[in-house]
Amino acid sequence: MSWLTNFVLPKIRAVVTPKREVPDNLWDKCPKCEQMLFHRELEQNLFVCHNCGHHMRLDPARRLKILFDDGQYTKIELPKTVQDPLKFRDRKRYSERLKEAQAKSGPGSDALVVAHGRIGGHPAVAAVFDFSFMGGSMGIAVGEGLIAAARLAVLQEAPLIVVPASGGARMQEGILSLMQMPRSVLAVEEVKEAGLPYIVVLTDPTTGGVSASFAMLGDVTLAEPGAVIGFAGQRVIEETIREKLPEGFQRSEYLLEHGMVDMVVHRKELHETLARLIDLLRRPHPSAEVVPLPQPAA
Amino acid sequence: MRHFLDFERPIAELESKVEELRHLSNAGDLNIADEVARLETKADRLLRQTYAKLSPWQKVLVARHPERPHARDYIDALVTDWTPLAGDRCFGEDRAILGGLGRFRGRSVVVLGQEKGSDTESRVRHNFGMAKPEGYRKARRLMELADRFGLPVIAFVDTAGAYPGVEAEARGQAEAIARSIEACLRLKVPMVAAIIGEGGSGGAIAIAAANSVVMLEHAVYSVISPEGCSSILWRSAENAQEAAEALKLTAQDLLKLGVIDAVVPEPLGGAHRQRGEAIAALGDALERALQPLLGLDGAALKAHRRNKYLAMGSKGL
Repeated sequence: MSWLTNFVLPKIRAVVTPKREVPDNLWDKCPKCEQMLFHRELEQNLFVCHNCGHHMRLDPARRLKILFDDGQYTKIELPKTVQDPLKFRDRKRYSERLKEAQAKSGPGSDALVVAHGRIGGHPAVAAVFDFSFMGGSMGIAVGEGLIAAARLAVLQEAPLIVVPASGGARMQEGILSLMQMPRSVLAVEEVKEAGLPYIVVLTDPTTGGVSASFAMLGDVTLAEPGAVIGFAGQRVIEETIREKLPEGFQRSEYLLEHGMVDMVVHRKELHETLARLIDLLRRPHPSAEVVPLPQPAA
Repeated sequence: MRHFLDFERPIAELESKVEELRHLSNAGDLNIADEVARLETKADRLLRQTYAKLSPWQKVLVARHPERPHARDYIDALVTDWTPLAGDRCFGEDRAILGGLGRFRGRSVVVLGQEKGSDTESRVRHNFGMAKPEGYRKARRLMELADRFGLPVIAFVDTAGAYPGVEAEARGQAEAIARSIEACLRLKVPMVAAIIGEGGSGGAIAIAAANSVVMLEHAVYSVISPEGCSSILWRSAENAQEAAEALKLTAQDLLKLGVIDAVVPEPLGGAHRQRGEAIAALGDALERALQPLLGLDGAALKAHRRNKYLAMGSKGL
């Protein structure tokens, strides 16, 4: 960055391009209640609608910022994997779909970002999904990323936190995407065998092969309000049973009622809840204050 | 009456002609006998040609053939002292997954098998081979039983997928499958799985994360059905054949990808034509898969499984 790009270019641009009345990113519309929300306020509110409490999807950078103390974390580079192992092609080549997704989120990227930092003062590793990258689907790169995250957690003797946001397996990798189910379970197993906590934060959506593997094996499982969580897609179920699905079906609150998650946690309370859980699990004997024995009455 | 698939129609016509002529030839006409022999050779050649180059989609149809031997048939023929065990101890008994104790080649084993049923009544009883959480929880319970008594686990995989229904979701279908995979991977006993028909996605891998996986020549194993893939990626149900090609779901492709360990040849015209022969061949393949594992201790078996899955996917086709 130089004086030229920072100062001169914007000035010239301001002269050349006509001023818009309202910048694009000033207002956002809540996808649920359609309320218009002031962008800066929405950001301060962690992308939860002020009006209806809807938890919007977060990109990995915003998610990681919320998870770690003071929003500080270090991303790790994930292993390179075989791209397009089946030379898959539907209406479009998978390699092209990958290129397009990577053009948006960076070269070599995939649907998982791994970082480490501190949560409540404890070292922690987090693996978060990027739903905008092909629906957060799990292929070889994601499986490999989860294994890397697990090994980093073991190396650092830190808990592993995984935040899925995924429609399921990456169909374009065929059977090899299905094989990420046992592979991700093995990743979790390494963390558990090391005696470290494995915490899952289920976000919208967590379905298919992702829900039926590592996502449902947390020592503790949290869910964000209103997230769709389940194995089978709702349309498939409707077509099978030929009935309307019950209200709130496969939502976080429904899973809580059915005993499948430990808590539904508002995004504002997520960091604090994780910090408390990690502290409880990792510091079982805090240096207690000395409570004096009661004196016998004279 | 044999059930013929659409692409088998020319073979069906020849074979029915042979049948007709045979009835006539009872009268003892030599010309007819010659004609029968000629047609039989022709039918045989056509069958051989057709099955030598089945397309992936045709294999999907063969894998779903209603007369194809099912888990029950393999268990009846290959397992002695079969003692089915029921229930998940949480909610219920799910007959989509058979499970129990028995002897395979003289050894005590725990057997799991996804059973589709063979007539309307049994199909309903087995829920068409589509298990609910109870089925996967039963599988997990029986795997833990096997572990406790040091018994090898044999799993017959044949399902369109886990059952997509409201109750299945309410009772935690995803969790049940995840735990079942975990149970496979934790076993300190040998586990071998056989894909005998359809290996349908998460519902299949739940009992197939084994030390060794063998697969019948015309069976299929996939992350999603070709129909499902077609409707999602092509946005139309019409492209199932193309999806079947793209998914690389045949035993031959899966062997190249290192996802399965052996392909078991089927009798000419598919397992449903010579059921006994197909079942015996699979039994031999299971024994071959099991043999080298029997000498390993618990830790080695677990490490073997772990290394196998961790190494998977490092190369493409």
